[in-house]
Amino acid sequence: MRYPAFLQKIADRADVQPVRVLTFTIDGRMVSAREDETILSVARENGISIPTLCHLDGLSERGACRLCIVEIKGSAKLSPSCVTLPRQDMEVITNSERVMDYRRKILELLFTERNHICSVCVSNGHCDLQALTAELGMTHVHYDYLHTKQVVDASHERFSVDHNRCVLCQRCVRVCDEIEGAHTWDVMGRGHLSKVITDLNQPWGESITCTGCGKCVQVCPTGALSEKGKSVAEMTKKRQFLPYLKLMRGAEIT
Amino acid sequence: MSHTIQIKPITRIEGHGKVTVTLDDSGLVSDAKFHVTQFRGFEKFCEGRPFYEMPSLVERICGICPVSHSIASAKACDSILGVRVPTPAKKLRRLLNCGTFIQSHALSFFHLSAPDLALGFNADPAERNIVGLLKSYPALAMDGIQLRKIGQQIIESCAGKRIHPAWVVPGGVNNPLPEENRDFLLSLIPEGYKIIRRTLDWFKGLLDNYREEIRTFANFPTLFTGLVNSEGNLEHIEGKQRFLDSKGLLIHEDFDTDKYQEYLAEYTEHWSYLKSPYFKSLGYPDGIYRSGPAARLNVCDSCGTPQADQEWAEFKGLERGPVLSSFYNHYARLIEILFSLELMEYLLKDAEILSSHVRSIARNNEFEGVGVVEAPRGLLIHHYKVDEQGLITWANMIVATGHNNLAINRGILQVARRFIRGDKITEEAMNRIEGLIRSFDPCLSCSTHAIWSPKFRVDILSPDGTILDSMIS
Repeated sequence: MRYPAFLQKIADRADVQPVRVLTFTIDGRMVSAREDETILSVARENGISIPTLCHLDGLSERGACRLCIVEIKGSAKLSPSCVTLPRQDMEVITNSERVMDYRRKILELLFTERNHICSVCVSNGHCDLQALTAELGMTHVHYDYLHTKQVVDASHERFSVDHNRCVLCQRCVRVCDEIEGAHTWDVMGRGHLSKVITDLNQPWGESITCTGCGKCVQVCPTGALSEKGKSVAEMTKKRQFLPYLKLMRGAEIT
Repeated sequence: MSHTIQIKPITRIEGHGKVTVTLDDSGLVSDAKFHVTQFRGFEKFCEGRPFYEMPSLVERICGICPVSHSIASAKACDSILGVRVPTPAKKLRRLLNCGTFIQSHALSFFHLSAPDLALGFNADPAERNIVGLLKSYPALAMDGIQLRKIGQQIIESCAGKRIHPAWVVPGGVNNPLPEENRDFLLSLIPEGYKIIRRTLDWFKGLLDNYREEIRTFANFPTLFTGLVNSEGNLEHIEGKQRFLDSKGLLIHEDFDTDKYQEYLAEYTEHWSYLKSPYFKSLGYPDGIYRSGPAARLNVCDSCGTPQADQEWAEFKGLERGPVLSSFYNHYARLIEILFSLELMEYLLKDAEILSSHVRSIARNNEFEGVGVVEAPRGLLIHHYKVDEQGLITWANMIVATGHNNLAINRGILQVARRFIRGDKITEEAMNRIEGLIRSFDPCLSCSTHAIWSPKFRVDILSPDGTILDSMIS
């Protein structure tokens, strides 16, 4: 749990507020965790892979994509592991047939919402969404495509946003707010009609808050945000900077 | 009573089409039409896309000549960038283009047309295909497969991928040619020469057997067009567009391709998705012209490479003026393969081909761009307009087959008049109509590619549309 900064300092002191350590099982393996760690991070620490799309090391969790769902014994619903905290003796299953099936369906639905055409995409071959299809064994989309009409905003001098390829993971929103501190990006609308916007839905090129740092482009999992002038399959993204940047910013605050 | 005969689908061409032949009351052929039955809509759905995606986007028009589309498109985008493409990049694009000419011409000649040429137009259709060719003429078929492979290997060595590579980009290409790939490509050339020499000799020896086809395969006067370089030589990528009349006279000084709209216009017929471009000042349909291998060899002053020039002189000697029969497109294709091999060797032996200066970077500085190249089957025009953001607002593409549409239609009529007698269609007539179409190697803007179809069907229809006779082979 995060507190306001002045309280957080006290909260972080282990002698005042000791963090409890608990044990639970993931896929039958006994693991131990701090009570404030998510199931996802505990699983990854223990080498158990859970697919994710909206999660990115260095950013806060949003629980937007639901690809990291897991089964918890005793609970009828599936829980997103990136925003679920473990409890003592909890039994988590990450790879049951039911979980895998739902993940594939979620992925298929992501494809139906917008117009993802890998062969002509700047991120072809370097795309998290594309990589997930292989990882989860998605071979077909079994639902009708919505074929929504989406636009490209290339008004920014260096970058462009193609809403056809956006999966609404909100990585751009978070990195802009949490790391750059500009909060240029946000989300407008509801459900599948949601869309990421700059400022108050002005063209990106006219945004007065955008610093042009390009972090949103680097964290975007697909070709939705890209550098202008990149041709098909040329857009590779550099994300290694994020955890370090987060660390540095954290050090400045305290 | 008048009848309509349909040939549907036409086999061993790229894409889907059909033919209808109309017979008058006395059973004589009165009209023939070549219909392209599919609609793609590329020009429309490219609207709103960033222009720098276009070279790869338009590649998806076709699986045989994606390289031609990407180079034409990149040239249009170069104009939108408003930059000069580095010379090494121009050479690399040219090298890539050699690959596509070799593989596409080899496909057309060996895989699609050689079954007719080697086994005869009257051979059993079950045998008259590449598989039958492998049984009866294994050396010829293997030569074809090997030659096409060389073409594909050139594309792969340059662009990293044989089909739909994303290597040609606005401003140049996105990677230099590695030295080991250059050496590998050089090692392929001797075998290429051997194959094309053998095939040319074989084909020339065969011409006498096909006098009747040569006489009737679109053998009529039209204009001819093709790109030529500043010396008037054969050109596939740069240069100006030349038009010759049926007597071989220049009808205008060579045109600047950026201004194609000033001398070309397109006519739309209600019965086909393929438009019919024509030479504007002569009007429709008198402005009929032909593009493609034979047209290119007709309009150029020479090839500019020693071996191809020898063959070219022999080709030009077939007739006093331009070579009129489209049957000779097969011949021209072989000569262009030889030309591409020689050009490729010349380019690979140039040290500049390994240069890493292969791309000019810029944003959109102009609002309009035209890119014109020679695709294997004819002239290819890409024309885009963009807004301030660099998003496409309007696109026009005139594909190679379009330029030949009027000539294909008239050619079918010529073949039908010669070979169709009465209201029964014979195997030999059907095969020759298909053979005529194949001689143009049309690519009906389609990436699906049927080597042959087991259901080749001809319907004879009465004027009210009822089927009087039907034949499936």
